[in-house]
Amino acid sequence: MNKWLSPRSAFGITLIVVALLGLPFVAAMGGQAWVRILDFAILYVFLALGLNIVVGFAGLLDLGYIAFYAVGAYAWALLASPHFGLHLPIWVILPIGAGLACIAGVLLGSPTLKLRGDYLAIVTLGFGEIVRIFMNNLNAPVNITNGPQGITLIDPVAFGGFKFSGTTQVFGYALTGPMKYYYLLVALAILVIIINLRLQHSRIGRAWQAIREDEIAAKAVGINTRNIKLLAFAMGASFGGIAGGVFAAMQGFVSPESFSLMESIMILAMVVLGGMGHIPGVILGAVLLSILPEALRYGVGPAQMALFGKQLVDPESLRMLVFGLALVLVMRFKPAGLWPSPERKRELGEKRMEVAK
Amino acid sequence: MDIFLQQIVNGLVQGSIYALVALGYTMVYGIMGLINFAHGEVVMIGTLVTITVAGSLIKAGMPVALAALAGLSVSLLLCMALGWGLERIAYRPLRNAPRLTPLITAIGMSIVLQNLAMMIWGRNYLTFPALLPKVNFELAGAHFTFIQVVIVLLSGATMAGLLGLIYRTKLGMAMRATAQNPAVASLMGVNINRVIAAAFVIGSALGALAGVMVGTYYEIAHYQMGFMLGLKAFTAAVLGGIGNLAGAMLGGVLLGIIEALGAGYIGDLTGGFLGSHYQDIFAFIVLIVVLMFKPSGLFGEKTGDRA
Repeated sequence: MNKWLSPRSAFGITLIVVALLGLPFVAAMGGQAWVRILDFAILYVFLALGLNIVVGFAGLLDLGYIAFYAVGAYAWALLASPHFGLHLPIWVILPIGAGLACIAGVLLGSPTLKLRGDYLAIVTLGFGEIVRIFMNNLNAPVNITNGPQGITLIDPVAFGGFKFSGTTQVFGYALTGPMKYYYLLVALAILVIIINLRLQHSRIGRAWQAIREDEIAAKAVGINTRNIKLLAFAMGASFGGIAGGVFAAMQGFVSPESFSLMESIMILAMVVLGGMGHIPGVILGAVLLSILPEALRYGVGPAQMALFGKQLVDPESLRMLVFGLALVLVMRFKPAGLWPSPERKRELGEKRMEVAK
Repeated sequence: MDIFLQQIVNGLVQGSIYALVALGYTMVYGIMGLINFAHGEVVMIGTLVTITVAGSLIKAGMPVALAALAGLSVSLLLCMALGWGLERIAYRPLRNAPRLTPLITAIGMSIVLQNLAMMIWGRNYLTFPALLPKVNFELAGAHFTFIQVVIVLLSGATMAGLLGLIYRTKLGMAMRATAQNPAVASLMGVNINRVIAAAFVIGSALGALAGVMVGTYYEIAHYQMGFMLGLKAFTAAVLGGIGNLAGAMLGGVLLGIIEALGAGYIGDLTGGFLGSHYQDIFAFIVLIVVLMFKPSGLFGEKTGDRA
């Protein structure tokens, strides 16, 4: 632990802390919308790190990760909204949400343990779709999820009397709702980063890595591959569940639309584009991919006006077009991700001739 | 019993379309181990191009049959070029990249194609021109249209042709060899680049054909239609055992029939608790159940753990 306390590291950490604390005030200068974008960026960091456990550490390709996020979000929405008239405190809901998501993770994991790479991908994808379709349709005959309309008026996060929605005065500063959520999300994200870091080099983390590299060899050296894989699913899912709960509270509204396959794919893209299995890389990927589309939203329209004097093409589709191209180009020039782990870079350096050039 | 027969007919039609699209996925996967997520978009573009070409030709006074032929050929050629371009520009540089890298590229290309299509054809649903006469038949209590007959027969013939190509020609042999072991195949003088490009081109042609069929059948098309269709077709390919041609065909037909029967009977089975809007989950539930017992699909070979 000594190297953490060296003056340089201490300086770096202080810098990061100051930057993280000050960021929402800087963003607020551009309007509260930017603070909300920041909130979502941090939420995606949280989600991407959760998925990183499953995909990056254990090497299990999960295309239905959003299902756990959905379970967490709906758990919060149902237990803290006028829909059922329940308003439970966060200490009760968040564990329930995480627990339900965890159960969903094991439910998905157990029948699919035998499947290899891409078969697993399609099954998880199917699972995600099943969850979404149920949420879309469980409004009849008994109205549970309120169908496509979703659930509104969800309670915000609150600790005792301190609510995270609305503006409060703290030490003379006016803190808006999105700013308060920002600090909550940063705290959660730091927690999940620490858990990720500690897991990576633990006994479990090494077991995951062994399974990722060669499952049969891992079994041969005495790793209980079944339990360890289930553990990866369960942990990843629980993080998804927690993120979902915070999402529901922050938005005050959930509907099945937020949990489409595209969302799962986006989170996977964050993990892969950043650098699979490498925590700083995943954080970078999540921040970039969540901010880029929003930045493009503000940049593409005016840029067209400046260049051509009128809107030649629909800015919304142009924005997504640029986004898609960015994905393709990054993968083309940085196949291992923007910031891959050093070990992985080494492995790739030794050229493997799988397909002749 | 009437419903049963009727749903079998409907399922067979939908299933033939799935099968054609699934072949595109499975050929590319069998040779390169890549899930080409952009394949659904190729199908979509095939449909929309046909609308533009055939639609405007009909408006210009050309006989419907000729316009249909022209539309189909233009869309086939364009989609083949698109498939070739996708491979050449997006996937070829990534042959030695980590396994998930081309997957993200495929997703990126899918987003690009979808938004390009939206810029060209707009957000609205487009009406597909009536290319085939609307004639109805009735057989043993099941109704079916001329369009349905054409779809099933044409896709059957196309698939037979494809099997001939793969098992009877030199190119097919080269493709099978590459699927088994690319390095050794290239040592034996197979031009791997050509084989992979051929797989993309053939797959895209099948996709374009399927797209025209979907358009003719549902008479409607949209820039987002490729997504769900691609997903279902990919499910069909996995159901049959991905990489296996016969598997993709049977998987597609099976999936279509299961879905149709599911939609027809789910209300009765659950006492009205679940309605036919649950149709989409059937595909996935069947998939999960099949893979639980046969982890490499119905007709897939047992392969190693590494994909």
